[in-house]
Amino acid sequence: MRIVVTTTTPDLDSPVDPRFGRGAFFVLVDADTMEWQAHPNPAAAASGGAGIRAAQFVAEHKADGVISGDFGPNAHQALTAAGIRMYLFGGSASARQAVERFKAGELETPGGSVGQGRRPRG
Amino acid sequence: MRIAVASGKGGTGKTTVATSLALSLAADGRGGASAPGPPLILDCDVEAPNAHLFLQPRFERVWEVGIPIPQVDEARCTACGRCAEVCAYNAMAVLGAKVLVFPELCHGCGSCTRACPEGAITEVVRPIGVLRQGTTMGGIDFGHGELTVGEPMAGPVIRQLKQQITPRPGQVVILDAPPGTSCPVVEAVRGADFLLLVTEPTPFGLHDLRLAVQVGRSLGIPMGVIINRDGIGDESLAHYCESEGMPVLMRIPFERAIARGFAQGQTLLETHPAYAPLFREMVLEIGRRIEETG
Amino acid sequence: MKQLVILSGKGGTGKTSLAAAFAHLASEGPCPVRLVLADADVDAPNLDLVLEPRRIEEHDFVGGSTAEIVCETCDACGVCADVCRFEAVCESDGRFEIDALACEGCGACFHECPAQAIRMQPQVAGRWYRSESRYGPLIHAALFPAHENSGKLVTLVKQQARLLTLDGGYAGLLVDGPPGIGCPVISAAAGADLALIVTEPTVAGIHDMERILKTTEHFRVPAQVCINKADLFPAGADQIRDACRRKGIAVAGCIPFDEIVTEAMVRGEPVTAFDLDAPSSRAMTEIWQRLTACLFERSAESMAARVDRNGGP
Repeated sequence: MRIVVTTTTPDLDSPVDPRFGRGAFFVLVDADTMEWQAHPNPAAAASGGAGIRAAQFVAEHKADGVISGDFGPNAHQALTAAGIRMYLFGGSASARQAVERFKAGELETPGGSVGQGRRPRG
Repeated sequence: MRIAVASGKGGTGKTTVATSLALSLAADGRGGASAPGPPLILDCDVEAPNAHLFLQPRFERVWEVGIPIPQVDEARCTACGRCAEVCAYNAMAVLGAKVLVFPELCHGCGSCTRACPEGAITEVVRPIGVLRQGTTMGGIDFGHGELTVGEPMAGPVIRQLKQQITPRPGQVVILDAPPGTSCPVVEAVRGADFLLLVTEPTPFGLHDLRLAVQVGRSLGIPMGVIINRDGIGDESLAHYCESEGMPVLMRIPFERAIARGFAQGQTLLETHPAYAPLFREMVLEIGRRIEETG
Repeated sequence: MKQLVILSGKGGTGKTSLAAAFAHLASEGPCPVRLVLADADVDAPNLDLVLEPRRIEEHDFVGGSTAEIVCETCDACGVCADVCRFEAVCESDGRFEIDALACEGCGACFHECPAQAIRMQPQVAGRWYRSESRYGPLIHAALFPAHENSGKLVTLVKQQARLLTLDGGYAGLLVDGPPGIGCPVISAAAGADLALIVTEPTVAGIHDMERILKTTEHFRVPAQVCINKADLFPAGADQIRDACRRKGIAVAGCIPFDEIVTEAMVRGEPVTAFDLDAPSSRAMTEIWQRLTACLFERSAESMAARVDRNGGP
């Protein structure tokens, strides 16, 4: 299973970056072998619609799931359309620990649909 | 002649000045070149329009305005991703075989529609506001825009307001601009022959006036200042105007009577009719200054 | 952490004066709350004029791009003018030029130019700052006059303020919002736990209050109203109270018209720091106490409950 985690530095042992759209790096992990590769987030500097651009990147890399602190409504919509599952991870532990907790089935998914109208996250 | 009324800071009295200008021109029955007759006033503060509350126009036409957004024909779409590549706003995403459009990010530029190699995109207008057109009892032609609650972009509504409600030949146009110094203000003020900046003699008023002056300079429009609520605050504003060579075209002293009148929806001229000839004089002065710089 | 945003709809109702007073009371009042302050009115930022901030860092803000025609390569075919929907291509004497203030950076001309004579240039559209004020850290910004992407700069200010609040363990974030209801306001309100709508008892103020209340409702941000210059037009204040009652919106308080507010502004101080006993100061103090009870003490209670349940922090 391919999982993407947002991180603050390009390392599986880096702390998880709480923002999906503007997280600094994406670490792609094969959850079974724990082999990983880091990529800078192409959306980090986008002036708008960063979550959408980030979702596209994750989809292009054929991820099955994404772990991050927070997903804005546009990212949520895009990832859902792409069939990519979202998992929430708060706190400052590392991406490696986040993946381990994901494998143990401990991570929550964001609640329900994000509803009518824009609900921007600030 | 197109006169824009702006300020930078909110609440300085733009609407007070714009409506007074309109009323004073409409009341002038003299006729001829020195009295251009009832003007067209366009309330360009489409996020929070107020001028209609004071001028009470009878609206004759109301219509929707919007932004053309892409609609993808899934049968023709090959998910090549070209549309998402050209979109400068990330308003389109191609995820697997699906194309998603994010309407609130779309600026309606048409790039995706032109870029699609399969011709799979057509444009559909998404309404974001309404325009209303009418006349007041005194014969002032009135137009305003109202942005739909929840919509982010005021610019397109202001642009279409100015394109679709137009003056008669020779009619003076008064543009009541929104507060601020960015895109919506520029959209409202563009094309004006003169920029009237309304300010108050307080530190916030002066700070924001400097910014508004930069807007006017960027657009190359001649400017003048009206000091509203004169008497409060301090002298820094007066010093600024003097040192910048910024003409002070009128001072309206702070008076609780004016504030109370405004609170109840009364225009300045209803509270103090003596201001009418002062506003008319100011319009003539503005006309002279436009000719000097033109 | 809790986020309070101050909005109004109509400009000039007193948002910044109130934000400064709250910053002072939060820092030096009887029940201190550690706050990060953010000025989200990036068009006409005024909060720093009454907080005496010391600048710690400053950064460029790149909003979007602007198109530029490379004259040597341009063969004046005019396709750019045909495709531009923002009236940003001007023609004079057969030569074409981009009006940078009108250009929205969409790239339509860039994509369509047959001679590839157009470049998209990223624009520095403003600056953002992290400062230290007398009452706490201040994140603020200034959009260059006549530029675009106000909303994006507001989003940036909010993001930086939020990160600082979380990283620094502050109890909350106080956001001084812009007027209006569009993109900058939406960005300023994003993620807020409470929006305090500052209104004035005037026909225009009430009209715009309705618009901003619809906006906060649309984006599901809880709101309360406070009536500034309330004694200016008592019938208007009653109208506001009735409207709020009908909508189930709490009125956090009323502030009388007070010349002290301008005097304090001229001195570069929050009203409450300038004269804590002035009528307006006393009203603002009451409102702040009510808001802190709403936002902070309740969470302190629930935190205490959580500690008890787990037998430790």
